[in-house]
Amino acid sequence: MLTDLTIAEARDGLRARDFTAEALTIAHLHAIEALNPRLNAYLTVSHSQALAQAKAADAALAAGQGGRLAGIPLAIKDLFCTVGVRTTAGSRILEPFVPPYESTVTANLLRDGAVFLGKTNLDEFAMGSSNMTSAFGPVENPWKRRQDADAVLVPGGSSGGSAAAVAARLAMGGTGTDTGGSIRQPASFCGLVGVKPSYGRCSRWGVVAFASSLDHPGPFSRTVQDGAILLGSMAGHDPKDSTSADVAVPDYEAACRRGVRGLRIGVPREYRSDGMPAEIEALWAQGVAWLREAGAEIVDVSLPHTKYGLAAYYIVAPAEASSNLARYDGVRFGMRRDGEDLRDLYERTRAAGFGAEVRRRVLIGTYVLSAGYYDAYYLRAQKVRALILRDFTDVFAKVDALLTPTTPSAAFAQGEKMDDPITMYLNDVFTVPANLAGVPAISVPAGLDANGLPLGLQVIGRPFDEETVFAVAAALEAAAGFDAVPAIRAGG
Amino acid sequence: MSLDPATVRRIATLARIRVEEEDVPRLQAELNGILGWIEQLNEVNVDGVEPLTGGARMAMKMRDDVVTDGGYPDQILANAPERIGDFFAVPKVVE
Repeated sequence: MLTDLTIAEARDGLRARDFTAEALTIAHLHAIEALNPRLNAYLTVSHSQALAQAKAADAALAAGQGGRLAGIPLAIKDLFCTVGVRTTAGSRILEPFVPPYESTVTANLLRDGAVFLGKTNLDEFAMGSSNMTSAFGPVENPWKRRQDADAVLVPGGSSGGSAAAVAARLAMGGTGTDTGGSIRQPASFCGLVGVKPSYGRCSRWGVVAFASSLDHPGPFSRTVQDGAILLGSMAGHDPKDSTSADVAVPDYEAACRRGVRGLRIGVPREYRSDGMPAEIEALWAQGVAWLREAGAEIVDVSLPHTKYGLAAYYIVAPAEASSNLARYDGVRFGMRRDGEDLRDLYERTRAAGFGAEVRRRVLIGTYVLSAGYYDAYYLRAQKVRALILRDFTDVFAKVDALLTPTTPSAAFAQGEKMDDPITMYLNDVFTVPANLAGVPAISVPAGLDANGLPLGLQVIGRPFDEETVFAVAAALEAAAGFDAVPAIRAGG
Repeated sequence: MSLDPATVRRIATLARIRVEEEDVPRLQAELNGILGWIEQLNEVNVDGVEPLTGGARMAMKMRDDVVTDGGYPDQILANAPERIGDFFAVPKVVE
């Protein structure tokens, strides 16, 4: 099956002319046609554009040219602006929005010859951990519980559509954004590799903003090597993003082959929470053993402020969101609800256009930034954020990378964890610290729970040292030999 | 610190989000739940700690103060809910 190939295999097959990019794209479009009505992973399928891009890739490849992603079909999170293709951010307020410009990350992928199959579903404005807050309906996780096969599980979030699409073979890879875990958590829930690079590694220009100091674009893939290939294309300095780092992009694919012999891997004791399921604890111990056997030295370390990461995040992220989302006022783009006067127009547009979770976060953010509360909430959270970064800086003086679980549970069912907002927020307890500190991190599928659902391990590295993160992730992948596939998939 | 109904209404006004009166109690409870949970940050000793604004640890680059883009009003206005000529149109704000 063409849809089962990895990106690396497809790249070789296309270069050898074993099959055409057009055939590869058509195979994926057929899979989308068959499964997307059920999974709801794609909000927009760019059928004719994808075919045109595939034909262009075939022409380039036939001429002995073509970029490193020539003819590779990808799923693009509907948070990346794409010229002429509707970009909704999962929100009613952007339902009619067709960007006149292309995000830098997607422009980089197109430069390298990628084919865009369509735009994928997400939690509204990337605010969520289950894809349940999308204005366009939830996404079904293609994995099923062995014991309870009728339960519809969430793919995680916020990049749930890209994760479900790549897992179900409706794309070879995809893009996501990770503000508090929105790539790594869905990767873990869907048995995928998910990379959140260093802050500044991938440009945020043209990505609909949620929390600018925390938003990180990154890739989804089915192998570590594929993640390295995609990040190598997406990354790079961009003068249009003032926080984009002017740092050379190394050869991530080569880094995957480095091995871990001689590396010092830290195991942070604060990630061992009381309520952690025994299976996740056991998988973590297994990961430690794998790395030790591969020649790494294991070191117990401490990140003492870990437990405060989530609370700091739920001040900083809503504060930035309340500012970023001020632009949606019904005047320049997006949806409008008429009112008695301009202010009534703003208030009615935003009440009708934003869903409940987005409204809640904008209100929290407005409150913590308001006069009289700024110091008590926002400034204090920024100081705690500094302490979390200091924890990482201290620990990276002693070790080369950290190994932790990605999530405190496997994928849960739609409707679960919806009782109150904080229960949902707790999903991100292990992923949020890397966003606050801006350090690179990856989730690698490492095993299955008793119900046959995938579980991921997370590797966290020094700022701009994605290479070590890829090396450790590749060693885990090789040791884990994860070859399980989801119940719902193309040709399955 | 816990929010009373008047504060919930005030925040909603600042945020320019219309909140119906019957929704105030539920919002008040949700926001107080979140703010109560956030109170745990008061356990942390932050004396002498400089606040961290973001993940970028580099000085912002300077660039020449020149116009490098623009000149395409039709693209800018293409998504406008209402336009008049080359302007965004809104309800009358000055009597």
